[in-house]
Amino acid sequence: MNVLEVVNLRKYFPIRKGLLRRIAGQVRAVDGVSFHIKKGETLALVGESGCGKTTVSRCILRALPPSEGEIRFAVDGKVVDLAKLPKRALRPYRRHIQMVFQDPFSSLNPRMVIADIIGEPLLINGMRSGEERRKRVKELLDMVQLPAAYMNRFPHAFSGGQRQRVGIARALALHPSLIVADEPVSALDVSVQAQILNLLLDLQDRLGLTYLFVAHDLSVVKHVSDRVAVMYVGRMVEIAGTADIFARPRHPYTEALLSAVPKPDPRLKSERIILERDVADPANPPPGCHFHPRCRYAVERCKVDTPALQEVEPNRWVSCHRAHELMLRGVQ
Amino acid sequence: MPPTLMAERAAAPAAGTPILSVRGLKTYFRADDGVVRAVDGVSFDVRAGRTLGIVGESGCGKSITARSILGIVDRPGKIEAGEVWLTPGGGTGAPIDLAKLASDSAEMRAIRGKEIALVFQEPMSSFSHYYTVGNQIMEAIRLHSDATKQQAHARAVELLRLVGVPKPERRVDEYPFQLSGGLRQRVMIAMALACDPHVLIADEPTTALDVTTQAQILDLMRELQAKRALALILITHDMGVIAEMADDVVVMYLGRVVERGPVDAIFHDPKHPYTQALLRSIPSIMATPRTKLATISGSIPHPLNRPTGCPFHPRCPDFKPGVCDKAEPATTVIDDRREVACFLYGGGA
Repeated sequence: MNVLEVVNLRKYFPIRKGLLRRIAGQVRAVDGVSFHIKKGETLALVGESGCGKTTVSRCILRALPPSEGEIRFAVDGKVVDLAKLPKRALRPYRRHIQMVFQDPFSSLNPRMVIADIIGEPLLINGMRSGEERRKRVKELLDMVQLPAAYMNRFPHAFSGGQRQRVGIARALALHPSLIVADEPVSALDVSVQAQILNLLLDLQDRLGLTYLFVAHDLSVVKHVSDRVAVMYVGRMVEIAGTADIFARPRHPYTEALLSAVPKPDPRLKSERIILERDVADPANPPPGCHFHPRCRYAVERCKVDTPALQEVEPNRWVSCHRAHELMLRGVQ
Repeated sequence: MPPTLMAERAAAPAAGTPILSVRGLKTYFRADDGVVRAVDGVSFDVRAGRTLGIVGESGCGKSITARSILGIVDRPGKIEAGEVWLTPGGGTGAPIDLAKLASDSAEMRAIRGKEIALVFQEPMSSFSHYYTVGNQIMEAIRLHSDATKQQAHARAVELLRLVGVPKPERRVDEYPFQLSGGLRQRVMIAMALACDPHVLIADEPTTALDVTTQAQILDLMRELQAKRALALILITHDMGVIAEMADDVVVMYLGRVVERGPVDAIFHDPKHPYTQALLRSIPSIMATPRTKLATISGSIPHPLNRPTGCPFHPRCPDFKPGVCDKAEPATTVIDDRREVACFLYGGGA
């Protein structure tokens, strides 16, 4: 069962110029993206800065209104299109999608104690009794392996890893059907990163959680995700199961991305594919496939025709004209 | 200044010539609420044409070590003890102890940029917004030589070409905000190379960059090092970058060097429990999907709340009560490239 289906999502930001603030152009931050997330799985949305992965997650949360497309969200036995609903009508659904933020320092209010930070969503959603709230906060702290005695402390007393646990507890408070985690471990030290990743995996097993995991670090992604969706300049280039995509990428951008990750073993002399030039500008993307100016397999057709995302084998989606003929290199 | 900037240094020192030796370096920050021992007895050697990687998590003192070498530690930080021996001119001059020089002395200013240059993590905040990149590179050149404006300008263009900036004649007149992150880091490297230094310190040079851009910059640094016999100090928290770039590795934890050795030994035969734990806990792109990582329990202590004895003992799986929490382990020398500070290997107990 799919918790979320995103169909042909677009988000354009206008570029305004001059005295009259006339629209001079558009940044196509998300340019026709489709994917789905099944109940109980983790879909990792990866790509480099500016590829639109965060904009996608913000559209799903309706922190940004999408320009076009559908965001079908399954809740209480029915399916609603979050892209179309007016703001007021969204309110009953907001509690079902929760967010874990990247920066554990700025995402917790420094003037509130932990009990209030975690209890606030409960209060807003009608848990009036303080007694009841404290009980639930205790439960939540226990789930994220923090002592209940920390309840009356302020965030400044905690380390980055502990704060991230508080952020996770807050996200869990309302039993959400989907948790959007945007770079949840990238601000943490490696020794702490491992603890938080393990916690996310544990909670998923215990509570049957569904994650949309937005990240740039492919090593982290490999440890947590069931499927991986790769974006490049506002478009989806490839979606596949984690083991498949890492072992045998089908899109040249995925191949280059994988080869660029430094491997923590000096004996592996990596043959890195160095991409020439910079990432395309989403305000002025190249015609055809956005990746063609940097692609070493590009042919004439790639410069004019935009490749569609196609299912090249069961559960493998690739948008590349040459997906069927290329043999690309992955990592084992 | 050299008449032209050759891609290859004319009188490059032989690879392996020691250029910089740090011995027992201690940099403390004395504040009202206590003393932070940011760097607490660090020793290592840096050689021409080789890369020394300094790796550790936040607060381990890796950046302060770099700043101490250059005498640019912010107040109230102060070098309390130790020596930093630089052999200038790529190993030809008479050695100077930089730790003894006042940070604003003429000698120190002659060394900064000329002998030892620094590449910062965040290229945006290390540039001035009000000058073109060309002007900023020219300033460094003219500070250390008697080049005319025209000569310095020509050299700035040449440097930008050397680091792979496309259309350098045009880019030289642009402002930092007009460049992408990867280009800015290239300009930063060009600026560091402006006076042809023998030692380059790169403090997290690729941390703010995307992986594909990171690959470009690491490649560039390797190429420049080979051409110019640069002694490179690469500071990072990323074990993957260390594995790809370093010849020798220094692992730091809370101001102390816990282990030092050749890169292969550090990754395949780590001695210190912290190094071992760190290597087990890093996510790897080669891992089996959806596998749990080994973790290091607890978190890095607050620097004002430093544990007694070995600073790692509260998190250490091999903790020996009555030993590790009583005294700091001394450094055990295994061979001339390898040492470890742990009671498991003697540690002076």
